[in-house]
Amino acid sequence: MAELTRQKERIRGGVAQALAHDSASKHVTGQAVYVDDIPEPQGTLHIAVGSAAVAQGRITNLNLDAVRAAPGVVCVLTADDIPGLNDVSPTHSGDDPVLAGERVNFFGQPVFAVAAETFMQAKAAARLGVVDCAADTPVLTIDQALAKNYLISQDHEMVRGDAAAGLKAARNRLSGQMEMGGQDHFYLEGQVSMAVPMEDGDVLIHCSTQHPSEVQHNIAHVLDRPANAVTVEVRRMGGAFGGKESQAAQWAALAALVAVRTGRAAKCRLDRDDDMSLTGKRHELAGKWTVGYDDDGRITAADVEMATRCGNSKDLSDAISDRAMFHLDNAYYLDQVRILCKRLRTDTVSNTAFRGFGGPQGMMIGERMIESVARAVGKDPLDVRKLNFYGDEGRNTTPYHMQVEDFVLGDMIAELETTSDYRARRKAITAFNESSPVIKRGLALTPVKFGISFTTTFLNQAGALIHIYKDGSILLNHGGTEMGQGLFLKVAQVVAEEFQTDVDRIKITATNTAKVPNTSATAASSGTDMNGMAAMIAARTIKRRLIAFACNQYKVEESDVEFIPNQVRIGNQVVDFDDLIGQAYLNRVQLSATGFYRTPKIHYDRTTASGRPFYYFAYGAAVAEVAIDTLTGENRVLAVDILHDVGQSLNPAIDIGQIEGGFIQGMGWLTTEELWWDDSGRLRTHAPSTYKIPTCGDRPAHMKVKLWEKGRNAEATIHRSKAVGEPPLMLAMSVFHAISDALSSLDGYRTVPDLDAPATPERILMAAQKLKAKSR
Amino acid sequence: MTAETRSTVRLLLGWTPVDIAVADSNQTVLQYLRDQPQLKGSKEGCAEGDCGACTVVVGALKDGAIRYSAVNACILFLPAMDGKQILSVEQVADTELHPVQQALVELHGSQCGYCTPGIVNSLLCLNLNGGAADRQAIDDALIGNLCRCTGYGPIIEAAEKACSTELSAAWKTRIAAAQKQLLSWAADDQALALETRNGPYLAPKTPDQLAAALDAHPAATLVAGATDVGLWVTKLGRSLNPLISVAEVADLQSMRLTDSHLEIGAAVTYSEAHQALSEISESLGELVRRIGSRQVRNSGTIGGNIANGSPIGDMPPALIAMGASLVLRSRAGRREIPLQDFFIEYGKQDLRPGEFVGRVLVPRKLDTFRCYKVSKRFDQDITAVLGAFNIAIENGAVVSARIAYGGMAGVPARAVGCEAALTGKPWNMKTIETAKVALDADFKPMTDMRASAAYRTLAARNLLERFYLETQNPAVALELASRNHMKGLVDG
Repeated sequence: MAELTRQKERIRGGVAQALAHDSASKHVTGQAVYVDDIPEPQGTLHIAVGSAAVAQGRITNLNLDAVRAAPGVVCVLTADDIPGLNDVSPTHSGDDPVLAGERVNFFGQPVFAVAAETFMQAKAAARLGVVDCAADTPVLTIDQALAKNYLISQDHEMVRGDAAAGLKAARNRLSGQMEMGGQDHFYLEGQVSMAVPMEDGDVLIHCSTQHPSEVQHNIAHVLDRPANAVTVEVRRMGGAFGGKESQAAQWAALAALVAVRTGRAAKCRLDRDDDMSLTGKRHELAGKWTVGYDDDGRITAADVEMATRCGNSKDLSDAISDRAMFHLDNAYYLDQVRILCKRLRTDTVSNTAFRGFGGPQGMMIGERMIESVARAVGKDPLDVRKLNFYGDEGRNTTPYHMQVEDFVLGDMIAELETTSDYRARRKAITAFNESSPVIKRGLALTPVKFGISFTTTFLNQAGALIHIYKDGSILLNHGGTEMGQGLFLKVAQVVAEEFQTDVDRIKITATNTAKVPNTSATAASSGTDMNGMAAMIAARTIKRRLIAFACNQYKVEESDVEFIPNQVRIGNQVVDFDDLIGQAYLNRVQLSATGFYRTPKIHYDRTTASGRPFYYFAYGAAVAEVAIDTLTGENRVLAVDILHDVGQSLNPAIDIGQIEGGFIQGMGWLTTEELWWDDSGRLRTHAPSTYKIPTCGDRPAHMKVKLWEKGRNAEATIHRSKAVGEPPLMLAMSVFHAISDALSSLDGYRTVPDLDAPATPERILMAAQKLKAKSR
Repeated sequence: MTAETRSTVRLLLGWTPVDIAVADSNQTVLQYLRDQPQLKGSKEGCAEGDCGACTVVVGALKDGAIRYSAVNACILFLPAMDGKQILSVEQVADTELHPVQQALVELHGSQCGYCTPGIVNSLLCLNLNGGAADRQAIDDALIGNLCRCTGYGPIIEAAEKACSTELSAAWKTRIAAAQKQLLSWAADDQALALETRNGPYLAPKTPDQLAAALDAHPAATLVAGATDVGLWVTKLGRSLNPLISVAEVADLQSMRLTDSHLEIGAAVTYSEAHQALSEISESLGELVRRIGSRQVRNSGTIGGNIANGSPIGDMPPALIAMGASLVLRSRAGRREIPLQDFFIEYGKQDLRPGEFVGRVLVPRKLDTFRCYKVSKRFDQDITAVLGAFNIAIENGAVVSARIAYGGMAGVPARAVGCEAALTGKPWNMKTIETAKVALDADFKPMTDMRASAAYRTLAARNLLERFYLETQNPAVALELASRNHMKGLVDG
């Protein structure tokens, strides 16, 4: 029996502790293994893809003789070589071929794949393919698609009240519009899969994906095999951000096809240019609005039409476009509202999930609308924002008829306004701008309200698996994937808390479709909420068995059994956790359990665009101060203060990391990250030399991130925490609006500048030119 | 080539000497590390020297001592490592984590971890070179390491905490041993001459050897730091054969100061020349600081930047405005030409068969000189427009004007019409407005992913205005982020 004195110690790594990422030591020593680092089985083949040089056209001739004859080539595949379904669409839309057969629908779309002894040989051979097409004029831009009504899916509308009547009755009206570009994920590790052939024609895939179950099922369809013939394993990803949700399957499928066909392991790794050219990105979005408002700036009616550029296939574009609509309101009550979103087809790579999943784009339109009202009524935009916040009964229903029950932004923004010294800085900036003809400064405080749950309700389910071995060591597995966000650690902390054992005792293991089946993507910020709950449920199942065993063995009541740090108190005795486990094993107690969680309360009827799609909302706010050069449009973000609500944090270090990283990523989207296609439909920004994500030097000199101390999830989520993956990205709207504010100074803050995103030096300079011309 | 040649590459991998029979002269250091010793810590993030995930630390002799620099392994040819030391992430920790690694762990400097090995190496190098004084020094060391997860904050904190740590005795001992090894190799004075399956790789040591090699292999590709040439292999899939390195030619590695000029050998890297160029002009020094990243400047040479004939090439327009000239050498002899005449048109330079860039002659005495680089992203970006102004103003009038732009035409070029519109005119806003109009006629820029023609034209005009404003008194605020502005907010 151990001493009772140990009882007061805390375990290492329970919930709320700021533990370092479980792989941190491996990251810094280069020992963390990513798919491309796994020792390759002898004879592993390397795959490259080849395509036509057109964006849209019918394939008229395919000659791969030179490819087959190239050094090192072992196998060449075309659409005809696919035994099953030639489709990896996440929505089974039949429009995402592994290899294009009849038509090419975007520039670079793979038409054939070649497997060779080395990566360089495969790349060299792929260049030798002859793919002729009868090319059509491609539809590339939102304007072109709108003009042709070139759609990938049906328009969808959300309505509450009567927007037309509301606008008619409004005291004031204004209209405006804005466009914003897409965004490449630029995960540092590109798409990669390695397939290893197994007996019976089965295949094991090591894949960098957020959605192992979908990869598994898609490969099964492609191979024309049942799902149980395909196992997908993911230890970790080198970043994902939504880009490895649906986008991983195609490359995994190619690796599987080659492995099954040749009997050799096969790796499909996209180099950076292929990755950026051939995989989807954040949706570009254009929005226009007419808004009615009173003399104070309170919005009384809004009519908004948006259009997303979806690319050549459906992928997840419907759900993404819907989420843009769900977040148009952001933090604001819109009385009498209509929101429409068109889903445009373009002959470009199919756009896909990206952190925020359309939400950021919709929110930007809403914020732009607010900003334009503020300028029209001549107020500080912050005051107009506050005026339009969701409120009590009568002002708490969203455009999709959900009640906002826990609106905490009023409190949060009051706090941030004070701690960031917003009003004094506003005065100082106005004074600076009056005396500075070239450099102008701007300030903005913007809120974020982000809905948490998959809006496709059935996806809100998760599973976990826990084993306790007879030596007391614990193995944890669940359906969530680790992409750097610290999910594995957070879930391990939850399990450590349940068993009251040090987290070091818990082995975090690779996500594997053979362990936990039918999982949803690690996406929609839901990873910890759902997998943490599933793991807790599994842990409690084992705990219940252990308690029952202890009661029986020690002849005590359930209330006499308590899990204390690394021990269990049973009546007056204290037993080491290991000892209890050993005893339980000898007494034939099952020490393995699964856990399953389904998010409660949610429902949504898309036909009426109403319901409760979200379990709860995550909130945050940011103040950004910028400077712009009105001679060149160059700009710097000078200072950022963030206050964010993560509920009761499971790991404050991880959460702050998500907030900072999300913010800087959002800042990149809205400032320097510009996707640029030439007239032939070829993406010309397909590498870091041309596509510019933020560098170390772009991090503001002053950047302060604070978790909201009062934060507590009103819903019974895992330890009352809140999801944190996506919401912070939208805090970066403050940067865009601060740039806009600096520009507004050029005409005495009378108008919202005509500024689209990303606010590159070019767009800023051109907007400045327009304002200068106007105020002359 | 003399008989004193060697046909294998010898280097220190970590602290261990290895002798490598190179099979493919185009193999990169990254490919070698990952494929042969199976050191998988270094990652390929872009294969173009832009993301830094492959950053390794290279130790090389400079004036008899080992000097460390962080470089991108993904575009560096393995033979270029002959006689040097490579430290990859696997060699940073011994029984304990290096302080830089420890700080990254404790301060949450990694999330997905894919960029982390490169970041560790950049910070290790900063530590080996004596640490970082301030945020600017840390930024300079990290600009070439892209991280998509963290937002950089904890990495900067880790650098602040650990980069100035005193080297441990064990590190000092190891470095001394490494230096001894490199010195003993250098004493051989053998030039590298490899025969590989895709042709020879030659690394001559004297200008005469280089001229002879070029004469013997007229189709050879010349390479210095490979920050451009490396991409022809990794991005364009070309096989470069034969390959002749100018980097080991001792005479080309040197800089000389004369009364009138700074003479920079073609194998001198940007990093090596940075200080000397800053002493000529602070504005020029700031431009150099913004060329590529630390890794790129540690490999890339000014000679290479000129010889590759880039239409943008940050340095050429500045050097043209300064009135720099070029020494071209060959077996036939040497000739000196004004740099501006070297660039004939896009893709075509005044470089005769058998000729190579020997030295760049940079005037030390300038008139009022400024150069401005405008790019989509402030750091480590290829320029959209670069304006360089070297103007003599006496008694309120322009005596002479040398103005050059990059990104405005197929080659970096003088703004002849603009210069004419300024020369002899009073130095005032009215003259500037006239000169802006003249500038429009000097260039017909193109629209591409970096900027539109309209933006380039407007920004080019406005850079002239900025230059004018800089000469005015009292000064107009032209700095986006004055160093003191945010001081009150920086605590916490």
